[in-house]
Amino acid sequence: MSAATPKGVLTTPIFKNNPIALQILGICSALAVTTSMSVSLVMTMAVIFVTAFSSMFVSLIRNHIPSSIRIIVQMTIIASLVIVVDQILKAFAYEMSKQLSVFVGLIITNCIVMGRAEGFAMTNPPQLAFLDGVGNGLGYGFILMTVGFVRELLGAGSVFGFTVLQPIQDGGWYVPNGLLLLPPSAFFIIGLIIWALRETHPEQVEENEFKMKENSQPKEAV
Amino acid sequence: MEHYLSLLVAAVFVENMALAFFLGMCTFIAVSKKVSSAIGLGIAVITVLTITVPVNNLILHYLLAEGALTWTGISGTENIDLTFLGYLSYIGVIAAIVQILEMFLDKYVPALYNALGVFLPLITVNCAILGGVLFMAERNYNFGESVVYGFGAGLGWALAIAALAGIREKLKYSDVPAGLQGLGITFITVGLMSLGFMSFSGIQL
Repeated sequence: MSAATPKGVLTTPIFKNNPIALQILGICSALAVTTSMSVSLVMTMAVIFVTAFSSMFVSLIRNHIPSSIRIIVQMTIIASLVIVVDQILKAFAYEMSKQLSVFVGLIITNCIVMGRAEGFAMTNPPQLAFLDGVGNGLGYGFILMTVGFVRELLGAGSVFGFTVLQPIQDGGWYVPNGLLLLPPSAFFIIGLIIWALRETHPEQVEENEFKMKENSQPKEAV
Repeated sequence: MEHYLSLLVAAVFVENMALAFFLGMCTFIAVSKKVSSAIGLGIAVITVLTITVPVNNLILHYLLAEGALTWTGISGTENIDLTFLGYLSYIGVIAAIVQILEMFLDKYVPALYNALGVFLPLITVNCAILGGVLFMAERNYNFGESVVYGFGAGLGWALAIAALAGIREKLKYSDVPAGLQGLGITFITVGLMSLGFMSFSGIQL
């Protein structure tokens, strides 16, 4: 993150420094709202909006915030933006806001938003902070959409509500896997995504604290 | 009495904050490497949830809800509905209570203060706290119910993080594929735990 170029801050969070897979931020909502693609999409857009604008506003006033109360100031900005998102959703997509229930409100405590405000926006100019917010929102959205895609496709046989695999109860051939509609499946899928990301970017692999010793006398073991 | 008891059991097991709603996951994953620190954080969460949920319940019912300001006696207040300010005031109240609790513990119960350490300030941004408050608001609990719910939700979360920390301490000695090391295997473990807790769902008390 040393050389903060506009393109860099926008693209690195998606694969190289993914907020969910690497920084363990914002997992709570990633798990609960991914049963279908459309819900994940709305959640992604809400998070991108809040992260981008909160970063921008925090960055705009970063030189005027006394450091002792900065958390409260950031919280206030984030909470106000979330209220805007919530009111818009309630007005234009009431069904969707019912499905998301408390998780729109929980964007306030989504660590990605807070983490970017604190870690990036406080030390960078507004344009860069805005792009960084969008980038991290996209990184979050990438995981969210992938999980949503797998869960909806295999759990209900559809994508965005359109039937792709005709389920057996409608006279088709596909037997839906009910496990994928249950919450725990989100954990498995994210675990596997992390595995895949780390296989392609080996520098992300965590150090093994207790590495097993190589077998010193293989002949006797056989 | 029975009603409160079943609410408590439901909050601890059936609607476990961490394993059924995935709230407070960030700290749940990050601070579960050691049992001792996991229990410290668990106690902090129980304390904060038990206080913040009832306080926010009072705020909702006496300041924000539609017609809630009638008790002030000022004419015209019956029509004021401030519920849209909910998020802002909840998070403000949570931040303030955590701050007060920190100062109070520092002065009067230094042993507990030292044990909780950095976890206390971190709790402000723990989704489990705000999640508990929002569920309380959504389900329209009264004051007594909110006390029981806050305590139960905290207890359930603490139980889950202590259990995960126990598993992870053992997991350190197992041979995990390199790419799954650390975060990956933790996710799969939590998934299995959550699957176990799913068996509580559907229990009607």
